[in-house]
Amino acid sequence: MASLIAEIVYRGIFQKNLAARVARGIVLSARKSGRWGIAFGRYGDSPQRNGIPAKDFAIVADTKEELEQNMARYEPKHTDVTIVLDDTLAKGVESWAWYGLQPINKLTVPNGTVLMTSLQSFDSLIEDVHKREEPYTLALIRAKASFSGLWVYREDHTEVRVLGALAKIAPQFLPLDGVCQAIQEIDWGSDLKVASAKKAHDRLESRVVKITEGNAEAPFAFEKPKWWEMREGVTIPAIPIGKPKEGGEGYVPDRNPYFKKYTTRTMRPVIDFDTCVKCNLCWISCPDSCFDVMPDGTFDANMEACCGCGVCEAVCPVEQCVTMVNESLFEDNASQWEMWRKDQAAYKTWLVTKIGDKQGTLRSHGFRFRGQYEQELAAGDLDSGGGVITAGIPGENAAHKTQ
Amino acid sequence: MAVVTQAATAASDEKELLISGSEAVAEALTLADIDVVTAYPIRPYDTVMQAIAKKIANGQLVAEYIVAEGEHSQFEIVKHASTVGARVFAGSSGVGWAYAMECLVVTPPLRVPMLALVGNRALDDPGAFGVEHNDALFVRDLGWMLCWIDTSQEALDTTLIGYRIAEDRRVFLPLAISADGAFLTHSQALTLVPSKQKVDRFLPAYNRGDLQLHPDNPITVAPQANEDWVIEIRRQNDEAMKRAYTVIEEAYADFRRVFGRGPENPWFEEYMTDDAEVVLIGMGTISLPIKVAIREMRAQGKKVGLLRLRWFRPFPYERLVTALSKAQAIGVIDRNYSFGSPFASGVVANEVRAAMYNAERRPPLISFISGLGGREVMLDDVKKATDICYAAARSGQSDAKTHWLGVRD
Ligand code: SF4
Ligand code: SF4
Repeated sequence: MASLIAEIVYRGIFQKNLAARVARGIVLSARKSGRWGIAFGRYGDSPQRNGIPAKDFAIVADTKEELEQNMARYEPKHTDVTIVLDDTLAKGVESWAWYGLQPINKLTVPNGTVLMTSLQSFDSLIEDVHKREEPYTLALIRAKASFSGLWVYREDHTEVRVLGALAKIAPQFLPLDGVCQAIQEIDWGSDLKVASAKKAHDRLESRVVKITEGNAEAPFAFEKPKWWEMREGVTIPAIPIGKPKEGGEGYVPDRNPYFKKYTTRTMRPVIDFDTCVKCNLCWISCPDSCFDVMPDGTFDANMEACCGCGVCEAVCPVEQCVTMVNESLFEDNASQWEMWRKDQAAYKTWLVTKIGDKQGTLRSHGFRFRGQYEQELAAGDLDSGGGVITAGIPGENAAHKTQ
Repeated sequence: MAVVTQAATAASDEKELLISGSEAVAEALTLADIDVVTAYPIRPYDTVMQAIAKKIANGQLVAEYIVAEGEHSQFEIVKHASTVGARVFAGSSGVGWAYAMECLVVTPPLRVPMLALVGNRALDDPGAFGVEHNDALFVRDLGWMLCWIDTSQEALDTTLIGYRIAEDRRVFLPLAISADGAFLTHSQALTLVPSKQKVDRFLPAYNRGDLQLHPDNPITVAPQANEDWVIEIRRQNDEAMKRAYTVIEEAYADFRRVFGRGPENPWFEEYMTDDAEVVLIGMGTISLPIKVAIREMRAQGKKVGLLRLRWFRPFPYERLVTALSKAQAIGVIDRNYSFGSPFASGVVANEVRAAMYNAERRPPLISFISGLGGREVMLDDVKKATDICYAAARSGQSDAKTHWLGVRD
């Protein structure tokens, strides 16, 4: 008797359909060797919010009884494999206020596997993942995160490559043959996708992460209030109004102390304070009121509040004054303005490096201009595992769709 | 305690008026100096909205009188007014009350101490004006306090007491006062109206405290919450309803101290129960035919009493068990239905059954349904019910069925 529990950590909206496909794929693949299984989402998540970390789960077991035993809880306590569909989630998961920050490897069993899609090096990823008491394996599928929208699906074969990789990680439950057969039969499968899964299986990179490795910071955590400590009447106090930045100048609003949003974003704005014309547009437009007003009239995006939507970049009238940069390129959430004030030349060098990184400024969600997807395809940024991906209809099982 | 409810003579600062239950409510609202009232016509509640409109038109009451475009808005408006600190009143009947359901549901968790008058009316279909209690009972599980009144005097007094209970910070729950359509809303009786000075001594101003929506108290009310919070919020409501037991006792005691009248037992009226072998239970104006029938039956040597339930939520289960422990048989006459419920009984019968479950002595309990749609409950119906109860007392067994009284069969 044995079972395999997998969690799939993904970004709300952008990867909702992708995660659901992976979860279904796991169960249908295991079925090929006679296993029972279930795929479900963590209902309390809000996967309809842009970029918010959310989870799906897939459980497969030898017997129905064992499956039920694992299903009897809302969210599994332990997972054999933690699948991470976006490598900026290496920093952890915080889906709601009061959840605190859950390290990405928190549920992974000792010697279990964290499977990620990433173009980063092992070392740079491990720096982001919280340290823990037991070793685990980090396995990487070499690809950038696959993001799409609520109504569209990005056919870059990520779902089948994850399944192929799982066949390598847990062949006793997901033998490669079964995975390939399931992909062939599933309505979004195809021969080309079977080839992608096999390539991912063969090319999977992995390494053991020792207990000495990782981010040593204690993740922020909260104790939820008891029922009698909560204000009655479904009423919550407002955040108090803010204060001047210093010496009566500027303005820093007070913020929700229970929701840091550090892991909500996949990109963050980098501000060039030297070219800023103090037009206020970023400050007015930011949906999350992130911008602190500095004494000199410039605006500092506070990383405790930023969800990474990119609106500030879109509205800023000065070229490259606000540039969205991939979250994995940052080690902390410190104030950019303070860094700039301390040493303006050093800040300029830092800024030029950040916004000059071609991978780092690739838009994770949405596009900066029409035709960007085609451009990325032509540049070979997307790896199909050897097959050709087109921007048109990419090799799905057309026969399944005609009825 | 077998006491006949009788109007006392008017004290020097009281006046005696011949008014309907609806008008008595309007008198009380004037004395309570309500701030916002909403209206949408439906029989029999509309008599209340007319009586209030008249008070305002006559300059006796200064209040915002908002005629809404339907009951849904009617209850939504007062909910919001209450959260900014206004003393509010609304009301409806039958399917009008049903149309407001969404707003009725959110009122208790938001801890809005709204007072509503439900002029009880049968639910459509068929369209009918007569009384049935199913309308008010819609909200019995949701955190609304519910009580049933019997006379114009009780309508006036309970409205004043109701604000005192609902607006107590320990409670902050809405209260629906039920008045039987026609029998109470449309018949006039001599009623004592106290002075404003006395009312002011009894009823403090509504103070919403840290739950009040005000620029000086910035709060968010009714945000979306996930499963991490909902059960705690329900538990808060549960606690408020439990606290209401104490607050109701206190309010009635204080009412008696200030006004020199009113029942000692807030929860139910007992009529000739001291030596009763058979105790009949009912709510609202059904008390009248039952009392008259009891007097006739007692003349023939049958020891029958009435327990008229005033408060249904919170339900006085402990006191009820004590009061019923001496009876040989209990007969519950429901003016409502609960199709498919245990024993196909009415709602009150099943509540009483549940309350008796842990009692040491459980007399046989017989369930009756009568007076639906405003049908008159006849003295013979009450007598027939009593005979069935006596038979049960002799056999020591409850019937496993519910008897319909006054239905053509
Ligand atoms: S990306 Fe810009 S606009 Fe969007 S939340 Fe962050 S600071 Fe605000
Ligand atoms: S929008 Fe750009 S130029 Fe305008 S204040 Fe913001 S950062 Fe400065």
